[in-house]
Amino acid sequence: MSYTIKQISIFAENRPGRLAAIADALEEEKINIYAFSIAEASGFGIIRALVSDPAKAHSKLTQLGYAVSFTDVIGVKMRDEPGGLKDIARIVGETGINIEYAYAYSGKKEAVLVVRVDQVEDAIRALQANGVHLLHESELA
Amino acid sequence: MTCWDPRIEEMSKDDLQALQYKHLKTLVYKLYSFSPFYHGRMKAANVHPDDIRSLQDIVKLPFMYKKDLRDNYPDKMFLGGQDELVRYHVSSGTTGKPTVVGYTQNDLNNWSESVARALTSIGLGRKDIIQISYGYGLFTGGLGLHYGAERIGATVVPASVGNTERQIELIQDLNVTAICCTPSYMVHLAETSKKMGVDIAKDTRLRTAVLGAEPWSEKMRRRIKELTGVKAYDIYGTSELSGPLFTECTEQNGIHVWGDLAYVEVLDPETGEQLGPGEKGELVVTMLQKEALPMIRYRIGDITSYDDSVCPCGRSHVRISRISGRVDDMLIIRGINVFPSQVEHTLLGIPELGEHFQIEVDRKGALDTMLVRVELKPTAFSDKVNDMMSIKNKVAHALHSSLNIAAEVELMEPGTLTRFEGKAKRVVDRRSFE
Repeated sequence: MSYTIKQISIFAENRPGRLAAIADALEEEKINIYAFSIAEASGFGIIRALVSDPAKAHSKLTQLGYAVSFTDVIGVKMRDEPGGLKDIARIVGETGINIEYAYAYSGKKEAVLVVRVDQVEDAIRALQANGVHLLHESELA
Repeated sequence: MTCWDPRIEEMSKDDLQALQYKHLKTLVYKLYSFSPFYHGRMKAANVHPDDIRSLQDIVKLPFMYKKDLRDNYPDKMFLGGQDELVRYHVSSGTTGKPTVVGYTQNDLNNWSESVARALTSIGLGRKDIIQISYGYGLFTGGLGLHYGAERIGATVVPASVGNTERQIELIQDLNVTAICCTPSYMVHLAETSKKMGVDIAKDTRLRTAVLGAEPWSEKMRRRIKELTGVKAYDIYGTSELSGPLFTECTEQNGIHVWGDLAYVEVLDPETGEQLGPGEKGELVVTMLQKEALPMIRYRIGDITSYDDSVCPCGRSHVRISRISGRVDDMLIIRGINVFPSQVEHTLLGIPELGEHFQIEVDRKGALDTMLVRVELKPTAFSDKVNDMMSIKNKVAHALHSSLNIAAEVELMEPGTLTRFEGKAKRVVDRRSFE
């Protein structure tokens, strides 16, 4: 049972239409986007997404010339109600896990906090030991 | 009209040519005997010093190129030993290697003498307070004008570059009468003083500007006059020839090139044939008295024309027109020479980048800006913003250290820069020199 989730990351120039072009390419391959975020730096951005078929998305975008990479992230399940994030954030804080970045989405069943950490396996063990429910890759679809 | 050295400056054409021939003959013998580089080049061209029997015979001599200085980095083209040298100046080269120029004491004397004559010809002298706002240091602009201005007995304010508000305060407080800087800096100074509520025409004694190291135009001269009341003069020189050397006189009708120091030819850049007065071509200069780094028929790459008639100011020395362009793709940005090949060379050394790039030069306000767009190599992509920022910073740092000017860097997606079939057009220059 793996709780690491393959996130796809794409390098994008900071100019109009880049996101649309990427989304268009994914649609063409019938790939669904579950969650995504854009990290913006001076002059460029990094688009990060959880998609229905990461391998297919990777090969399609690479073929189109994009700089693409996979990153292992963890999906932390949260109660989709006030205080849901607070509970999780407290536990993460107590375990001493250092979050590089995070973004969230609110799904049909629950809300999910997507986190990128240094030591993925260690973080998974620590979170589970503290009773946190993690999202399994298979639950994405 | 006052001359710094009337004996030389008002010399008859015949006497001047005789003097030039004498210097040329000495120079050629010296190089043939002591410069392995130029000896080899003369051998290859099948020329012997004895073949130079008149000034016109200079056309028999082989050319020198900027590439020669690069290939012989740092000092293989120098004559004499290090103990003869009293100074080095260093400018950026075409592919990462800089150009090093060495000077003997006589070289510095002749350089200062040239600047002294030039400043005198635009009416400056002991009563003037001259602010030197060119960079001091490895660049020749600051120190070159500094020593020339001191030589004529003017009072020098060695302000160097930067801190424009402070510069304007100095102009006011020290009653500065003349400034030496780049034309774009002069415009910047005018705009900054306006913002500070200082009217240069009314609140200062600044009346003369000596502008160079960058292309500019008659329109810009008029604009500076309108903005500040300052009369602007064009100065010319390059580090290989020593540095800034020659200016217009008060007639403002061409730059006087002192014939005892430099022999001027204007050539068809394609054929290498000499062109006549008024015909535009490539400037080729022979420095007749340079000791440490002699230059014979040096193809600078600047486009100009010459006028050998006696100037209304009385000076007999040949005049060259304002530089109107380059025969190569060299850019002059904030007074610094930048070759696209230099940028390419620097970028090739960075494994995270693809081989395509684009340079965009613009003028924001009065200051030149350079943006270099580079493509990220797909394999170098990292999901971490910090990693990407450090690639960007690494590129900016590498460009700064090889070009000597700061460049903005934009990371592009792989494959997005225009591909060219044949000669790539890598430079977009949006500046207007009007």
